Amino acid sequence: MATEAHGEATGLSFHPMDQFIVRPLFGDGEVHWYTPTNVTLWMFLIVAATLALLVMGSRGRAIVPTRGQSVAELAYGMVHKMIADIAGKDGLKYFPYVMTLFMFIVFANLLGLLPLAFTVTSHIAVTGVLAAAVIIGVTVIGFVKNGVHFLDLFWIRSAPLAVRPILAVIEVISYFVRPLSLSIRLAGNMIAGHAVIKVFAGFAAIAAVAPVAVVAVVGMYAFEVLVAFVQAYVFTILTCVYLKDALHPSH
Amino acid sequence: MISLLQEAVTIAADEHTESVASSVAHGEVETATGLPQLDVTTFANQIFWLIITLLVLYWVVAKIALPRIGSVLSDRQGAMTGDLMAAEEFKLKAKEAEAAYDKALADARSEASKIVAANRAEIQKELDAAIAHADAEIAARTAESEKRIREIRDSADANAREVARDVTAELVRSFGGTVDQAAVDQAVDSRMKGALQ
Repeated sequence: MATEAHGEATGLSFHPMDQFIVRPLFGDGEVHWYTPTNVTLWMFLIVAATLALLVMGSRGRAIVPTRGQSVAELAYGMVHKMIADIAGKDGLKYFPYVMTLFMFIVFANLLGLLPLAFTVTSHIAVTGVLAAAVIIGVTVIGFVKNGVHFLDLFWIRSAPLAVRPILAVIEVISYFVRPLSLSIRLAGNMIAGHAVIKVFAGFAAIAAVAPVAVVAVVGMYAFEVLVAFVQAYVFTILTCVYLKDALHPSH
Repeated sequence: MISLLQEAVTIAADEHTESVASSVAHGEVETATGLPQLDVTTFANQIFWLIITLLVLYWVVAKIALPRIGSVLSDRQGAMTGDLMAAEEFKLKAKEAEAAYDKALADARSEASKIVAANRAEIQKELDAAIAHADAEIAARTAESEKRIREIRDSADANAREVARDVTAELVRSFGGTVDQAAVDQAVDSRMKGALQ
């Protein structure tokens, strides 16, 4: 009631954070771990979009690709080249997982931009699990492939002996900051972009600034489309960089 | 530190549920009071569905999408390599054909020049024969003409002598002398010498 009164007084009502609320799909009950929620719905749509692009798009298996197939091939080629260039040929073993990550994030970000959509990558719980999976996976790969030599990543032999302990401390800190920066970068970008669009849209209620607000929303939206792709790209490329560290730990 | 954060979040969540309760009571749409991202009561739900989604997506990508696209790309690479090799072969064949054509052209040219030379020699021979024949004819005719000219000149000479003798004899007679035929002939001959010829 308080917000309503506030809204009437100024002619404005901002609820930029409402779009992030996790709600049950059916009814108003409590959100249990198994409850189908809007998270479930939008994650299902991500899988559907990936199926539509990668599987339906390439169903013709044409030598001369159709439009859908060439987009699918473009995505395949981009991630494939990224891994081969950064992590090396032996990194291609993990291509399916990196591709899964990229498709999930890029479609989560892009579908989240649809009006009334729910952006799953705007939730720290989701991006945190994604980042943790990457870091834990990469660390396990590093120890399995290189054994104790994986710790060479922190003990920089090319540096003078005296500064090595200091560098080791810095390297260890930076290693443990990686999951945080990965997850917060992605979620933060998504939260900020969507909230800013909502705030601009709220200003459209005032007739005097409505044109400016509409133009601002359009501009922000275009920018957010760019951000949606760039963040997916950044997440994937950083995964490749960490994978490279795990496969070839010596600097 | 984690427990502190959890406490804060729980308080936020409590406030959230309270506001939800009050808004539901007033028949309003649910609104967020804090960052919904920090509502830990929904974390289990999100993580559960995320893991399900990632497993399904991984299966789709790894088992269906990537092998299919990969095979399409390698097929295309194979087709392109095959086509390039075929093109190389055709190029080689074209070069051979060009060489053969050039050779045939050169052969034809030399043959033609041979034929031309042979024809020219033959024609030259015929021409030479014709010229020789014509020369002989011309010589014969010239000789005949010269003979006739000589005859005409000789007869003219004789006629002139006759006329000169007659005139000389008549002159001697009209002056009252006697005509000595031998003397007259001698005089005429000596006079005429050098006039004719």
